[in-house]
Amino acid sequence: MPGHQPPHKELPEASSTPVNKGITRRGFLKGAGITAAGTALLDGVHGLQQEAHGATTRDVKEYGPEAFPVTLNINGTERALHVEPRTTLAEALRIGLGMTGTKISCDRGVCSSCTVWLDKMPVNSCMTLAVDAIGHHVTTIEGLSNDSEVHPVQAAFVRHDAMQCGFCTPGMVMSCAALIERNPHPTEVDVRVAISGNLCRCGTYPKVFAATLDAAGQHASKA
Amino acid sequence: MNSFSLADCSTVEAALSQLKNGAVVKAGGVDLLDRMKNGTDTPDRLVNIRNIRELRGVQATPDGLTLGALTTLAEIADHPTIRAQYTILSDACGRAATPHIRNVATIGGNVLQELQCWYFRSAEFQCIRKGKDQCFAFSGLNQFHAIMDYGGCPSVAPSSGAVALLALNATIELTSAAKGKRTVAIKDFYVQPDANPHRFNVKADDELLTAIHIPKTAPGTRSAYQKYGEKESHDWAIADAGILLEMDGEVCRRAVVTMGAASPVVRRSTEAEAVLTGKPITRDTARAAGQASMTGAMPLSMNGYKVQLFPTAIYRTILLAAGQMERDPSAAG
Repeated sequence: MPGHQPPHKELPEASSTPVNKGITRRGFLKGAGITAAGTALLDGVHGLQQEAHGATTRDVKEYGPEAFPVTLNINGTERALHVEPRTTLAEALRIGLGMTGTKISCDRGVCSSCTVWLDKMPVNSCMTLAVDAIGHHVTTIEGLSNDSEVHPVQAAFVRHDAMQCGFCTPGMVMSCAALIERNPHPTEVDVRVAISGNLCRCGTYPKVFAATLDAAGQHASKA
Repeated sequence: MNSFSLADCSTVEAALSQLKNGAVVKAGGVDLLDRMKNGTDTPDRLVNIRNIRELRGVQATPDGLTLGALTTLAEIADHPTIRAQYTILSDACGRAATPHIRNVATIGGNVLQELQCWYFRSAEFQCIRKGKDQCFAFSGLNQFHAIMDYGGCPSVAPSSGAVALLALNATIELTSAAKGKRTVAIKDFYVQPDANPHRFNVKADDELLTAIHIPKTAPGTRSAYQKYGEKESHDWAIADAGILLEMDGEVCRRAVVTMGAASPVVRRSTEAEAVLTGKPITRDTARAAGQASMTGAMPLSMNGYKVQLFPTAIYRTILLAAGQMERDPSAAG
């Protein structure tokens, strides 16, 4: 019963709102060097007290509970970072790599503001463990455009002013771009289904539909 | 989420060897991570089965179909054979949750989801499902709770997939290191709250749900599923209706009517089925079957609306299955 749940715990630190005097909590943590690696040091002490569960074998890879180094393919680049088994892909991106284009809003797979592509397939990065991204290609909003031009869906969002507060926008764009990548000629119903998990509290859905259909036209004419 | 270790397994055998000392299985992880983030579940160790290739995919067998436990809801919803011959299942899997969740959520995980009740799913409330002696829903906020067969716990069955699988007479394949494979009919898979409030299904902790077998449907079978929610898209069902009709010309030889979000365990309505059996499917018989489905309903203080909603959902889904009505534009998903 999403939307019907009693209030849950606070969001991870990385999505805290700015405080006064221009210092954000996120900025403070970055400045203090306390990122996922910092947490690893703290948990490493705890880890020593834990009984080892077993060694990695051919059929079983052991992870954690303390943080460990991984390499994730993000937007075509191998990125090294430290994660714990409990680190979600959204946290790895935002806290571990400082890639804050991917938003965390509900942190329960309900709003899809954290949408990224796992091997071109749109998924909720807040409900995906970072370890489950090992060996896969992750595409985030930062990787959707190249240096010279933005993705047609991004351009169409600008033309149609398909955003208000903008917090859902990266997730919306990732969902709509994934649709166009696999179906270059979507109908409005296709767009509605593709973003049926993306919540926009400002209610900008009609402009999102229009922008995506427009982007598909542009996409189609290029092909 | 609490800290935990994770064993990422690539074979069934390896995963089975890890199912000990309270280790919890993770596949797509959607329901499990939700409960862990809520703080109701705090396992020290997860056994990740997401990368076991042998558990993926849909296979046609001489007897019907076998769904690997890790087949995603999106794969089932898009599968041509399932869409053509087991429409009720593609309908149900294609309307669960959101597109992004369907891309990772597995049919095994869908069937094994823990029940829906916001008190049960909150770490703040200790209820009979958690070993205490009270239920907060009876006297609290119960607009989304059960109206039938609830005994001491009016939570609702969460699995839309199970609404279809029950109608299709599916069997669940469970595998353990100690005892090998066994199969359980889905009608016997879930546990009524009064039989044992601490178990939701008969799967033992050392067992892995490895496959779901679906028998061939009889000639002349037509089926459909519709989900009704508060919103058009992306919400838990407040009523799911599953209909399977075995037609002999104009006459319905056998009917199965299944209901989700009505009770703690997904249920068949034998009363509704009796109305349809041996008769032609018409608006009148469909309407009467919908009404019969509410035999024994005992709504709570805030969910009396479900007693009106289910007959309509079942009526419209019978006509959809029979090809006499379009998909309901007011249904969800």
